[in-house]
Amino acid sequence: MSSNLTSPEITYAPEHASGTSRIWKTFWVLSALTVIELGLGYFLYWKHGQLPYALTLSTKLLIAALTLAKAYYIVSIFMHLGDEIRNMIMTIVVPLMLFIWFIAAFLWDGNAWKNLRNTDGGSRPDKTKTEQHQQHPAVDKDAKK
Amino acid sequence: MSTTAIPTNTKWWNGGRSPFNASYGKVMMWYFLMSDAFTFGAFLISYGTIRFSVNHWADPNEVFNAFPFAGHANLPLAFVSLMTFILIFSSVTMVLAVHEGHKMNRKGVEKYMILTILGGLAFLGCQAWEWTHMITGDHAVLVNGEIEKWGTTVTKNPWGPHVMHEGQMVSTPGPIAFGGYFFGITGFHGFHVFSGVIINLVMLIKTRMGHFDQRGHYEMIEKAGLYWHFVDLVWVFVFLCFYLV
Repeated sequence: MSSNLTSPEITYAPEHASGTSRIWKTFWVLSALTVIELGLGYFLYWKHGQLPYALTLSTKLLIAALTLAKAYYIVSIFMHLGDEIRNMIMTIVVPLMLFIWFIAAFLWDGNAWKNLRNTDGGSRPDKTKTEQHQQHPAVDKDAKK
Repeated sequence: MSTTAIPTNTKWWNGGRSPFNASYGKVMMWYFLMSDAFTFGAFLISYGTIRFSVNHWADPNEVFNAFPFAGHANLPLAFVSLMTFILIFSSVTMVLAVHEGHKMNRKGVEKYMILTILGGLAFLGCQAWEWTHMITGDHAVLVNGEIEKWGTTVTKNPWGPHVMHEGQMVSTPGPIAFGGYFFGITGFHGFHVFSGVIINLVMLIKTRMGHFDQRGHYEMIEKAGLYWHFVDLVWVFVFLCFYLV
């Protein structure tokens, strides 16, 4: 079997599995995660307007967590990042940690923007909280609790 | 190969060896993909910010409920699931091509590259259909007291809040940002798929011409594969942000 070392500067090549079982296993994991995501998506669709806000939100967060699991499998196994040496992994993964703050800060900002507009900068009560639910009588009960 | 021991206390940064034990091209492909991840991330976070800042957003189950040849049947999530599975499967054939490349099996690489290219073309076809369906759609919208038939474009969003009009529930215009974000982000992703198909075609031709056998390794297939898997990775997040939540 020929060497895969492409340059004298490289002293190490990750062990390439001789079989494809790992690839197919990953395929089934990704498919299963997608099917679960779709199941949760249909759950939200069928129960639209009947679920308490907290349950809708936690279902959506669960879907997001499953998406991150899919991303892990794609990057680690299909892109073979998991087989690289630790320094290489860290140089890619650590900068991406910035996203944690980006997502938190920007979504928070978007939400704050909405509240400011709905209340004219806090000078009047937020009417949309009751108006919005008139289209969904089922939710209205929860809103009034 | 892998048993080549790395002596402890190796001076990684003294030159003469790759500190990451990976070729220059592969490391740079990773850095390009990382920067591309920030581009996509910025787009998606911008979309999220605007979506959080308005009182009503289009319900994906209402917007994306069509399927080719299914007429007006209400099939939420069905078509986009098909697109998702096409892309996952083409990712599998890509990684199998890389695997055959490690074994220096030219026929195997060719076979799996062709399947990957076909998967990419199938995905692009699906996206073309979806865009056409949305742009040419005729959704009833109440505009200034009159019913108008709107498609979804970057200037028109027929998926606003519902109101009663002459005994029927009809839509009102929604936030204009919806079309821009949807077509902008899926279009940017679709362009990545398109360029990925072109890259894979070049790799297939180079494989056929025996370039990689002459070179003694199939690392180019690995680099093209990294790009292709990244495209699949981005779709996972586009699927989440536009269709699922």
